[in-house]
Amino acid sequence: MTPFLERFPLVRHIGTLGPLIALLGACLFFASQSPRFLSGQNFSLILQQVMVVGVLGIGQTLIILTAGIDLSCGMVMALGAVLMSKLAVDTGISVPLAILCGLAATTLFGVINGLLVTKVNLPPFIVTLGTLNIAFAINQIYSGAQTVTDLPDGLTALGNTFSLGDVAISYGSILMLLAYAASWFLLRETAPGRHAYAVGNNPEAARLTGIATKRVLLFVYGLAGLSYGVAAMLSVARTGVGDPQAGQTENLDTITAVVLGGTSLFGGRGSVLGTLVGAVIVGVFRNGLTLMGVSSVYQILITGILVILAVTADQVSRKGR
Amino acid sequence: MNAEFDNNPGHMPPPDHLPPPGSPVLQARGLVKRYGRVTAIDGADFDLRSGEILAVIGDNGAGKSSLIKALSGAVVPDEGEILLDGKPVAFRSPMDARKAGIETVYQDLAVAPAMTIAENLFLGRELLRPGMLGTLLRCLDKPRMLAEATAHMQSLKIGIRSMKQAVETLSGGQRQGVAVARSAAFARHVVIMDEPTAALGVKEGNMVLELIRRVRDRGLPVILISHNMPHVFEIADRIHVHRMGKRAAVLNPRRISMNDAVAVMTGALAVEDIPPECHA
Ligand SMILES: Nc1ncnc2c1ncn2[C@@H]1O[C@H](COP(=O)(O)OP(=O)(O)OP(=O)(O)O)[C@@H](O)[C@H]1O
Ligand SMILES: [Mg+2]
Repeated sequence: MTPFLERFPLVRHIGTLGPLIALLGACLFFASQSPRFLSGQNFSLILQQVMVVGVLGIGQTLIILTAGIDLSCGMVMALGAVLMSKLAVDTGISVPLAILCGLAATTLFGVINGLLVTKVNLPPFIVTLGTLNIAFAINQIYSGAQTVTDLPDGLTALGNTFSLGDVAISYGSILMLLAYAASWFLLRETAPGRHAYAVGNNPEAARLTGIATKRVLLFVYGLAGLSYGVAAMLSVARTGVGDPQAGQTENLDTITAVVLGGTSLFGGRGSVLGTLVGAVIVGVFRNGLTLMGVSSVYQILITGILVILAVTADQVSRKGR
Repeated sequence: MNAEFDNNPGHMPPPDHLPPPGSPVLQARGLVKRYGRVTAIDGADFDLRSGEILAVIGDNGAGKSSLIKALSGAVVPDEGEILLDGKPVAFRSPMDARKAGIETVYQDLAVAPAMTIAENLFLGRELLRPGMLGTLLRCLDKPRMLAEATAHMQSLKIGIRSMKQAVETLSGGQRQGVAVARSAAFARHVVIMDEPTAALGVKEGNMVLELIRRVRDRGLPVILISHNMPHVFEIADRIHVHRMGKRAAVLNPRRISMNDAVAVMTGALAVEDIPPECHA
């Protein structure tokens, strides 16, 4: 990146210009293809469509920044979503308490991932492949593979909208933006955030400079688990049900968003704002292609190609260093 | 943890205390460290006295880096004891040694290449904002870190324009400068440098030597590991010769010739055959 471009704060914060250009290009393209694309209402819709992947992507980014990866995020989220809705419907406990239980469960899963990575020294890829299946199975057993319906209003409140001019914006998308602001602040402005980067960039150096690298990793995995719980709240609010089959496409979509956002799979480089851009890119493609009448199979094809392009860019820029 | 490191590297901190020159500062007795079948440290003794620059020389694989890793808490020895100011210490982690005022420049520098110079200087002991922001949220005081990093690098005459540059954009010599500056900034008791001049050109190498002298003259003893014999003979007060995992001899650079020192190091000259006045 040239020093000139680095002077712009937004460019510096996202780390690379690529994702923003890609987003802008995609928007221009779809605007030229469909007159309905470029409207406030449509953008509000895109935000609602990406909010679950977006919030999951926060946790995924944290973990990838430490040179790990989380394959379990979607399944953990689905478990949290079913737990929240089933507790609220079956046991009749209050909605906040049910949500709290869901958040605790997903955070616990994150902490378990973190413990296996730090204490047993297993690679994150294998650990989370295991918890992916464990979370899925527990979820099926607990729910009897039945979707939980007739949720109390409180659980779906985040799906409600408020009007800004003639655009209806959901509370859920605002929550997503707040979660991004908080994690951006954590990563950029606090010592634990910088330590997460250092652990991903050069773990041995981080250890030698006295950073408690295992504690940092445990914190990161736990926090990621919490973000999956927040995503579970959004998923329940958006769909209006507790769906044990949820999270299956989101699982890989988060990795797509992280990579499209310019965060390196090798760790230590990237930013959470990039992931937001990446998630919106995925959302814009899905939305724009739908408006153009392209069938969903082709949408999957195109997202697949996008990911490979993004990983190639990461690999090439890594060689350049 | 924060208050402890809340010092000001822009103006090098004074050492904890100045013991009489020549008194023992850091000692080791019978250290052993095994990696599987390899015995990296094989019953090594070690003595660093106050106010001195102690060079450690030895062939590749002699165990020099392993020795200083044990002294700096980076590895925990299997056997033997380490004494600081005559008192036994047990460093479980690099942080323990740092807390005791021992700073180390590792052979592979231990920097995070994607992070900025300022961040690397303060890695692991960032300056935090005053008040709740610092204690509760552990918010960084970025302006102060930047200012102090700049002042410190200037005081060491390390010519780097921006402290916001990522370390990976620096030349090898500049990176070494950053690592040396970091240890000089925070050391209060002992500075250990593993090959600090290895990647440097003549000018930068002399700069680091000058820096090492300045650290010593501030009262901090320095352990310098180097393969560069002219550097060693130019700067060292005593030379610890390491051979096959243990200390073979301690030599006086003003009495022994460079050739004889190298001969001891390689085993071509038996320690018994050196005249007594050459020992230190
Ligand atoms: N982490 C490790 N695992 C296994 N063996 C090791 C490890 N660290 C060092 N060794 C072995 O210990 C021995 C001493 O290594 P060490 O790095 O201390 O030597 P050195 O004197 O610093 O060499 P050089 O001059 O090349 O830096 C070598 O045989 C090395 O292979
Ligand atoms: Mg070495």
